Amino acid sequence: MPEEIIESFNVKGLQTLSEKGEVDEALMPELSDDEIKKIYELLILSRTFDQRALSLQREGRIGTYASILGQEASQVGSAFAIDKTDWIFPSFREIGVYINMGYPLHMLFQYWAGDERGLRTPEDMNIFPICIPVGTQIPHAVGAGMAAKYKGDKIAVVVYFGDGGTSKGDFHEGFNMAGVFRLPVVFICQNNQWAISVPREKQTASKTLAQKAFAYGFEGIQVDGNDVFSVYKVTKEAIEKAKSGGGPTFIECFTYRISDHTTADDATRYRTKEEVERWKEKDPILRLKLFMKKKSLWTEQYHSDVESKAISMVDEAVKISESIEPPKPEDMFIYTYAKLTPRQMKQMKESRWQR
Amino acid sequence: MAKVNMVQAINMALREEMERDKDVIVLGEDVGKDGGVFRITEGLLENFGHERVIDTPLAESGIVGAAIGMAAFGLKPVAEIQFMGFIYPALDQLFSHASRIRSRSRGRYTCPMVVRTPYGAGIKAPELHSESTEALFCHIPGLKVVVPSTPYTAKGLLISSIRDPDPVIFLESTRLYRLIKDDVPEGEYTIPLGKARIVQEGKDVTVIAWGSMLHRAIQVSEGFDAEVIDLMTLSPFDEEAVFNSVKKTGRVVIVHEAPKRCGFSAELSAFIAEDAILYLKAPIIRVAGYDVVIPLPKLEDYYMPTVERIRRGIEEVMKY
Repeated sequence: MPEEIIESFNVKGLQTLSEKGEVDEALMPELSDDEIKKIYELLILSRTFDQRALSLQREGRIGTYASILGQEASQVGSAFAIDKTDWIFPSFREIGVYINMGYPLHMLFQYWAGDERGLRTPEDMNIFPICIPVGTQIPHAVGAGMAAKYKGDKIAVVVYFGDGGTSKGDFHEGFNMAGVFRLPVVFICQNNQWAISVPREKQTASKTLAQKAFAYGFEGIQVDGNDVFSVYKVTKEAIEKAKSGGGPTFIECFTYRISDHTTADDATRYRTKEEVERWKEKDPILRLKLFMKKKSLWTEQYHSDVESKAISMVDEAVKISESIEPPKPEDMFIYTYAKLTPRQMKQMKESRWQR
Repeated sequence: MAKVNMVQAINMALREEMERDKDVIVLGEDVGKDGGVFRITEGLLENFGHERVIDTPLAESGIVGAAIGMAAFGLKPVAEIQFMGFIYPALDQLFSHASRIRSRSRGRYTCPMVVRTPYGAGIKAPELHSESTEALFCHIPGLKVVVPSTPYTAKGLLISSIRDPDPVIFLESTRLYRLIKDDVPEGEYTIPLGKARIVQEGKDVTVIAWGSMLHRAIQVSEGFDAEVIDLMTLSPFDEEAVFNSVKKTGRVVIVHEAPKRCGFSAELSAFIAEDAILYLKAPIIRVAGYDVVIPLPKLEDYYMPTVERIRRGIEEVMKY
């Protein structure tokens, strides 16, 4: 065989909504004015929740918390395309996805304050509990995709992870299986440029993360993760493709983590203020506001109504979560197995008199 | 009733459970067309098709991780890991997720899955094909660990494991796969998890073993008035059966193939010391693998507890 090119790939990038609030009409997804306003309200609610969580942590009212500041469009834009019957496998930085799906806000505060009961997903939605070890939720989503396909359920499985997660073995094993079995899975990477202190370029020598998908036999695309329209459009298309038997898609949301990794981190140790300031100019909410203003969908009054509503929802959620009685020690026993072991029964009694 | 070996008995259990419940799915490396490297899943692909008998890519963490997602979605996956020495890449999935899904979601999601894997030495295999690291899994709350010792119990225990609402690690002794035959009835019967089996009653000494070592323990015990317990489920183990036997005999010998240090005999010994020490007439003796890397075939007979070492263990406690 003479030397020849036997395979080549093109990696697409997508931006619909610019930093100045201008849209490329040809790329604009179908969204009514009401839907655009709904997206804006979810972005504001997510940010309001996030900022409150940070201050509650500083006051010692919740534990370590992972902020989503700067990544709201990646989360709200993608989750806005997810149906209630779809399955979601989050990492630990997806508060915006939970909020989008209508997860009770007080339960999120309850969880971050150290009470597992906050992670008992309500029966009318399918969000798997927060996954702390990086990237390990990817094979779970693949298994759920296999199960959905076997059962003939017309659903998509959406899994979230970060740029750090793409270095894990489970990323490879999960992507590979999804490709082989052509599963209805949408892989969403929020590339926020930093895995704690390690920058994206030290995570992989690949130019993009999106291109990794091609090695597994399916499409990867990079979108501006601070552009809620692109994220929504690409996710919606990927979900439709999944549901119609077209197999998996990998979406790289190119975004930025404005906050520290968690409240236990100090990002000034490893990155410059200038870099963070540059990214603040790309703020996802700011550019949507500029767009909406041009379309006469945004006024000061509208914004202040949206913000007060978000604040009162968050206030109420904090109030509810802080009024919930702490769990009983029995709780840690009864969910280990379907039935207590004889030894656990003894230990449970001991935990009562220890108090 | 047919006389069958453990390979056939396990195959029967899988086949019957798959016939009974369409949510039971088999997945793993070479489990389909090849019928598994030990032929445990032979014929399943022909009977149930590619949708239910899944040849996966070579990826242990992916297999177990996918099984977790399937189980959470409502299926009952039975994953095969080709050898116990290859399960280590999947420990993260087992320890961090399978064991915790029920607790983490406070009961909203569960993980009813079985991970079957061949374990143990004695078949002249390459490195990492002879592991018996069952104690690793016994340490993790949320997992169950089952080790059958006969074709009959293998079938009944596997059916119970598949129907169990929690994740079960099911360890199959490679040495026993074709060593012994049993009367194994067609059709379903179950053996409850968490219960031990008194193989023979006796008054002078309790000999506790499981899996491959049980048969050597029985062989040696014939010269003594020994009560032999086949533990069958290691986690959670049958405390009542162990306690009652120790109370009766006052002497204990525990036999296992795994290295002695932190082997499951350590947990059993500690339980007996905490709960039944006043019934003991002699120190607890553990006859186990040595605290070494399990050797290649030239030395494996020196590594595994032999009939002679077990006999010396029993003679030792009988001095008291």
